[in-house]
Amino acid sequence: MFGPLVVKPSKSKGDKTGAWRIKLKPKFLQKNCIACKMCFSTCPEGCIQGKEKNTFNCDYSYCKGCGLCALVCPKKDIVMEEESEGEKK
Amino acid sequence: MDNSPLFKAGHTACAGCGQAIAARLVIETAGPNTIIVNNTGCLEVFSTRYPESAWNVPWIHSLFENAAAVASGVEAALIYLGKKENTNVIAQAGDGGTADIGLQALSGMLERGHDILYVCYDNEAYMNTGVQRSGLTPFNTNTSTSPIGAKSTGNIRPKKPMPEIALAHGIPYVAVASAGFIPDLQRKVKKALSIKGPKYIQIHVPCPLGWRHETDMTLEVARLAVETGLYPLIEYENGTLVSRRQIAPKPVEEYLKVQGRFKHLLNNPAEIKQIQEIADNNIRKYNLKVENQASS
Amino acid sequence: MKEFLEGSRAIAEAVRLCKPGVISAYPITPQTHIVEELAQMVANGELRSQFVNVESEHSAASVVLGGVAAGVRSFTATSSQGLLYMAEVIFNIAGLRLPLVLACANRAVSAPINIWNDQQDSVSLRDAGWIQLYAENNQEVVDFHIMGYRISEDKSMMLPVMVCLDGFILTHGMESVDIPEQEKVDKFLPPYNPLYKLDTAEPLTMGLLADPDYYMETRYALQETLKDALKLIPKVSQEFRGVFGRDYKDCLIEEYYIKDAQKVIVAMGSVCGTIKEVVDELRAKGKKVGLLKIISYRPFPYARVCEALKDVPQVAVLDKAVSLGAYAPLAVEIKAAFFGKKKSPKVISSFVAGLGGRDITPESVREIFRKLNQREINLEFIDLKPELLQEEYGQ
Repeated sequence: MFGPLVVKPSKSKGDKTGAWRIKLKPKFLQKNCIACKMCFSTCPEGCIQGKEKNTFNCDYSYCKGCGLCALVCPKKDIVMEEESEGEKK
Repeated sequence: MDNSPLFKAGHTACAGCGQAIAARLVIETAGPNTIIVNNTGCLEVFSTRYPESAWNVPWIHSLFENAAAVASGVEAALIYLGKKENTNVIAQAGDGGTADIGLQALSGMLERGHDILYVCYDNEAYMNTGVQRSGLTPFNTNTSTSPIGAKSTGNIRPKKPMPEIALAHGIPYVAVASAGFIPDLQRKVKKALSIKGPKYIQIHVPCPLGWRHETDMTLEVARLAVETGLYPLIEYENGTLVSRRQIAPKPVEEYLKVQGRFKHLLNNPAEIKQIQEIADNNIRKYNLKVENQASS
Repeated sequence: MKEFLEGSRAIAEAVRLCKPGVISAYPITPQTHIVEELAQMVANGELRSQFVNVESEHSAASVVLGGVAAGVRSFTATSSQGLLYMAEVIFNIAGLRLPLVLACANRAVSAPINIWNDQQDSVSLRDAGWIQLYAENNQEVVDFHIMGYRISEDKSMMLPVMVCLDGFILTHGMESVDIPEQEKVDKFLPPYNPLYKLDTAEPLTMGLLADPDYYMETRYALQETLKDALKLIPKVSQEFRGVFGRDYKDCLIEEYYIKDAQKVIVAMGSVCGTIKEVVDELRAKGKKVGLLKIISYRPFPYARVCEALKDVPQVAVLDKAVSLGAYAPLAVEIKAAFFGKKKSPKVISSFVAGLGGRDITPESVREIFRKLNQREINLEFIDLKPELLQEEYGQ
């Protein structure tokens, strides 16, 4: 007999940590982005995706709103803005 | 590093966690042909709470102090199976799990010459259990077991020189990196994994909760640690210093004042002076100061 | 092939036949000869294995944990202080459901420091979830190692096995032992085929944090699996008999002249050999005595013990360990087996002997049979030297 033991990572969906955000969420302006990928590298969640210029965005169901992507973007193409309670869904 | 991440979102690290940034970069740089052995600590706890796992590579957690030893066994097994050439083995732990309780197993692994990369995520205290002082807690830090009080300005000892200890084992690669300098970190991980033998990388990872700074300050705080000379980014190959990040040194106060754990020092010039001495010693020892360009 | 050799060498031969890929070694008396013999075999190319000289027993256990987690059969040996030092990892290996065979050369635990035999070390880790088999002689030691891997790696088990053998008595004793042929061992013991392992082809996460919503079921599963082991061990024992010819019956207990016995001693380990000699001697004089040898201490074969001893009026349990402040560990199991049962011995007396290597002689065994009568003895130390005791310090 076996109990909870080993986990197949493909079966793991993770927690929906987007619910942790308190006030701010990053808005990806997708205007001046040069696809330097700094936001992609910096995000502690790894929830930012993108390939070419102006295609970067984040998965808000995981984004905790830490604000690091906005600060690290060399083109200031990410801004932290307030989101309302309704918007958070 | 793309749509099939090796370290997935949905883990429960604090927002802005420096260790999450570094751990993700380490495994994404190492690639899918990697087996990770992880000690107990924040990283293990926030990334593998049953039934969720953030790791898309083979990953095992055993105990608090034995990642280096378990990794030695994994490496031996891979050699026996003839699979070691194609597989990276990374043992990782926090500062407490490396410099304190894990020192014995780490020393044994380094001495035996296993082909393993050991990564120490240095957030300078036992963070997962509530910010207790470790051997890598800096001088004068306010932690829960080296608290400030009427008779104390915090931790009374300097950091244990872990990179030097690793270096003294005569291993082929020792490097210090920082979550604030991402391309440098990636380069060092890549370099380490291209070398056969035991490797040690220590990564400075700010902890917004334990260091008491804003979640979006993680990278800035990490950079200030390096730019004041308190956390030299050095790199050794076969015992020779091959690179160090040169700085235009900032006064240590700039680093101390952005963190709540050092707040008590801001009115204490005598203590700040001692910390400045630590930074100055580093700058001297590793020749960190950028040379002034002579005018033609 | 029958060879006359030291116990440690016999173990090394048994381990070599099982072909482990990872062996970790840290020396501790009286296990040292085992790892030395294995090191020599590897050095001579007789055993293809990664031999890792670790810096402590905690790491010795951790290395084999890593080895078997990566899918390779592994082995280590230890004793006493070493076993206690690696205790954390011992619990961990069972909890992670990794198969392993570990040889424990039973030795007393400090303090005082003592390198001679008793069973306190392995008995102290009885809660860890390992299968514990106690050997009477070096043939059993060899055979239990081979059976150990077979039991341990069974897909219904995935549990580690500790082969317990009395330090010095068995490790350093020279005996005539049949070392099986490689072909027979290969027939009986297939290569390790893991249910789960660390493999980049199929990533898995092992050793997760299990909060209160998940932890208890893993422990329940361990308990149920150990109960299933009571059925698997006899099955493996019969398979073993089929290939090697030696019959350990159910390999849980051994009944020696129990059938019509009026007095039986229950014991584990090499002392059973001495007890058998005294039983033979007393039987020749017409005394109805017998021995119940416990082979599998964990899982404990309660049903078999009840079956064997239910008609025996007087039972003495000989322990080579003591749960200080309470009871002798084997005695309490025997008592628990009969609690509430209709048929049970009238008297179950508990004796502790042989601690720290104090010899258990045939006279000691006769003494126990003498002391075993209608008055139940709660816990008595045999062969004690009262002259060494002082009521108050400094007398």
